[in-house]
Amino acid sequence: MEEPQQTVTNLPRPASASQPPRTQLDGPVGETIFDVRNVSIWYGAFKAVTDVSLAIHENEITAFIGSSGSGKTTVLRSFNRMNDLVPGARVDGEMNYRGQALYGGGVSPTAVRRRIGMVFQKPNPFPKSIYDNVAYGPRINGERNKAKLNEIVERSLRQAALWDEVKNRLNTSGLSLSGGQAQRLCIARTIAVEPDVVLMDEPASALDPIATGKIEDLMRELKSQYTIIIVTHNMQQATRVSDRTAFFSVLTEGDSDTRTGVLVEYGPTEQIFQDPTDPRTQAYVTGRMG
Amino acid sequence: MAADTGQQRKADLREPAGWRRAKNRIATILMVLSFVVVIIPLGFVLVTVVAKGASIISWSFLTSSIPPAVLPANFGGIGPAVLGTIEIVALATVMAVPLGILGAIYLNEYGGNGLLARFIGFLSDVMTGVPSIIMGLFIYSLWVVHFGYSGLAGAFALGCLMLPVVIRSSYEMLRLVPNTLREGAYALGATKARVTMTVVLPAALGGIVSGSLLAVARAAGETAPLIFTILGGLLSANTNPFSGANTALPLQIFSNASQPYTGAQARGWGAALTLIAIAFILMIVARIVTARFSRYSR
Amino acid sequence: MTATAPADQPTRAGSAGVLSAKRPLGDRTFQIVALAAGLLVLVILVLIAATTTDQSTSWFAKEGITGIFSKTWNPTANQFGALSFLFGTAVTAIIALILAVPVSLGIALLLTEVVPRRWARPVVYVVDLLAVVPSVVWGLWGILVFAPWLQGIYSSIGNFFNGVPVLGNLFGPPTDGASFFTAGIILAFMITPIVTSLSREVIATVPTMDREGAYALGATRLEMIRGVVLPHSQGGIVGAVLLGLGRAVGETIAVALVIGSSATITSHLFAPGYTMPAVIANQFGEATGVWKAGLMGLGVLLFVFTIIINVVARGVVERSARRGRGA
Repeated sequence: MEEPQQTVTNLPRPASASQPPRTQLDGPVGETIFDVRNVSIWYGAFKAVTDVSLAIHENEITAFIGSSGSGKTTVLRSFNRMNDLVPGARVDGEMNYRGQALYGGGVSPTAVRRRIGMVFQKPNPFPKSIYDNVAYGPRINGERNKAKLNEIVERSLRQAALWDEVKNRLNTSGLSLSGGQAQRLCIARTIAVEPDVVLMDEPASALDPIATGKIEDLMRELKSQYTIIIVTHNMQQATRVSDRTAFFSVLTEGDSDTRTGVLVEYGPTEQIFQDPTDPRTQAYVTGRMG
Repeated sequence: MAADTGQQRKADLREPAGWRRAKNRIATILMVLSFVVVIIPLGFVLVTVVAKGASIISWSFLTSSIPPAVLPANFGGIGPAVLGTIEIVALATVMAVPLGILGAIYLNEYGGNGLLARFIGFLSDVMTGVPSIIMGLFIYSLWVVHFGYSGLAGAFALGCLMLPVVIRSSYEMLRLVPNTLREGAYALGATKARVTMTVVLPAALGGIVSGSLLAVARAAGETAPLIFTILGGLLSANTNPFSGANTALPLQIFSNASQPYTGAQARGWGAALTLIAIAFILMIVARIVTARFSRYSR
Repeated sequence: MTATAPADQPTRAGSAGVLSAKRPLGDRTFQIVALAAGLLVLVILVLIAATTTDQSTSWFAKEGITGIFSKTWNPTANQFGALSFLFGTAVTAIIALILAVPVSLGIALLLTEVVPRRWARPVVYVVDLLAVVPSVVWGLWGILVFAPWLQGIYSSIGNFFNGVPVLGNLFGPPTDGASFFTAGIILAFMITPIVTSLSREVIATVPTMDREGAYALGATRLEMIRGVVLPHSQGGIVGAVLLGLGRAVGETIAVALVIGSSATITSHLFAPGYTMPAVIANQFGEATGVWKAGLMGLGVLLFVFTIIINVVARGVVERSARRGRGA
């Protein structure tokens, strides 16, 4: 049984949840959670994303939008070092999490992922009971106390707006839930370890509109406690939930076929959608492209 | 002219010409025949074993000591052989199954498409084709020559036989576990070992158990590896599988089959029925496990 | 305000091996254990070759390269030539293949082309049952029931062909229930499941599109099989047949019981004979010295043959699978 690595640089604790929820961006901007400077990401010899620079702020929902292949998911997955699982993946440039270099020597990916959680496009509950799904994270963090686990499971399921629907069947398989419920279970599972940041890769794209609405409500509620970054194909969704939006596009290299993603514009959501600076952003959000 | 044949072709919706149809029919009949050709001897064997064996089977038969071959059918039984089979196969299983699962984990989770992993996978498949007698001669040369005959040696030989089979079937089951499950676990901050043991393996467990049961059934029926490792020839049970010669059902059947005495032969049929029943039960349990517990292999 | 972080050099984010310095001990250990389990296969194969060869050196030394393949195996006269066993192994295997391959192909095609999905399961179950019968039970039934019954049939056939030029040498007397042919038949029963299931796997990879294409041109099922299925799967089927051959060559106990235990080289298929695994199984118990080394040496030869057959078979199957995928 392993403890959290001692050799890991001490990643700072998140701000307490007692901060008031922020509804507009014209108040003081929160602490910078991610500071990305000139980051390019490679898969082997293929440059997936080039020269991205942006800053993610605390307790905001940031949306990454853009057409397929523009690198949104690649950048998202680099925040919790999921790209490490792809052989040949490489990150150039500076990527800092709360002031610490995310890809520096001495940083353990597993420790990173305990602070930065992820919800995937297609709900992926484990073939275990609902209870064991939610308790999985706390358990691998060393939590053994049954009472504490019960409390964590209930809290997480409540926060994920799933408790009432499953409280009487916590021992049934996670696979028996509908798509929307399964995704909320995955969200509960992710927040059970009380991460600092929650990354969401098109969390509602596999769900019907009603389930999607529930997920979006959830996001707004979670914002007060977590920093959320969401990749979405749905522009209306971005306008509904996000505070800031980053628009990615594809750069085609002259005559070669390679498509490299590039960050075109990043700013408050209202500004991106109503008054974009870059013509490519304008074209995308008005539906003329991608 | 062209118009005529055009008319003919359009109107000709009958079956293809007689000889084409005939050949097709004959082919179908031959295919069905090949299945029948297989059912008949299978039926004969099973019916014979049941007919000749059932009359001698009883609790006392399954537990009594082995009598001298010349004694008639109602004397003694095959107790030592039953015990031997259980001891030796259990030992072999305990050794081969965990190692086989670990080997499959290496191949699927760590080795990926690397050269070493593909080489080992290839060797493992080739090893499934090594005749069981070779495993017996191997353990004889490696172990029995130095440490003597024992149930343990027999278990080593059977284990070598089971290992590549368990590796292959477990590998196939691990492959079927969707990658999104692994990603979900990694995203929660689990290490690779944790992901493998707490998410991947449980997800594949049904199929792995089922595949292992089939390997056990095959090992239980093997004779050749045991000839060179446990010696046989016992009359009373050896409860210590780690030392001293031992016997097992297949070995007993082998020796009884070459006996001219009807008593020994009758005991041989009884042992054969017992052996087939064991293999059959294991096979059925394996299918039940697959049907009920194996989520991804359907 | 963000703390100014030191400039970061690009890190190779690929395999976890780079971060291994920081990996917890348990994770590292697990990987090593898994690798060791995988390597065990290689180790065992090498050990098999090494230990069995070691135990048979006195035979190789005594007989030499030519002596090994001489005709006479007579322990009492201190002669240990293996030719009759090689002969017997080859003959029984060939008989088994001639009988089993058409039948296995027939069943495989039956399952993939003829039988509707619902009936496929019971048919597969029956074929699997064939595989579940242990070798020793085939042998028991073979020597106590099948061989005596065949004895009569062989006699009649033998008398019929007695004196006839070629066929008489094959099927004429001497005849015995326990003989090459009986062993071949039982081997055929035993290798059918593996050849069938592998052929089925191969045939199943034929794209439905190709099948439908043939049917759309008005082909009968037989024509479709000959025109589409067989050409596409022939590589894989050859591989399946080779694996069946490997199995037939190595099968010990059933053969040991029904082959008649006579180390002779003869063209008469209904006469008693011997194979490599059968003689090892039957004589090992009482063998000593060079005799035992000789039996062990037969084991070494058997190991080499089956490895070669299996490697070639797997290679053929892989190559045809790769070609099928690329097609």
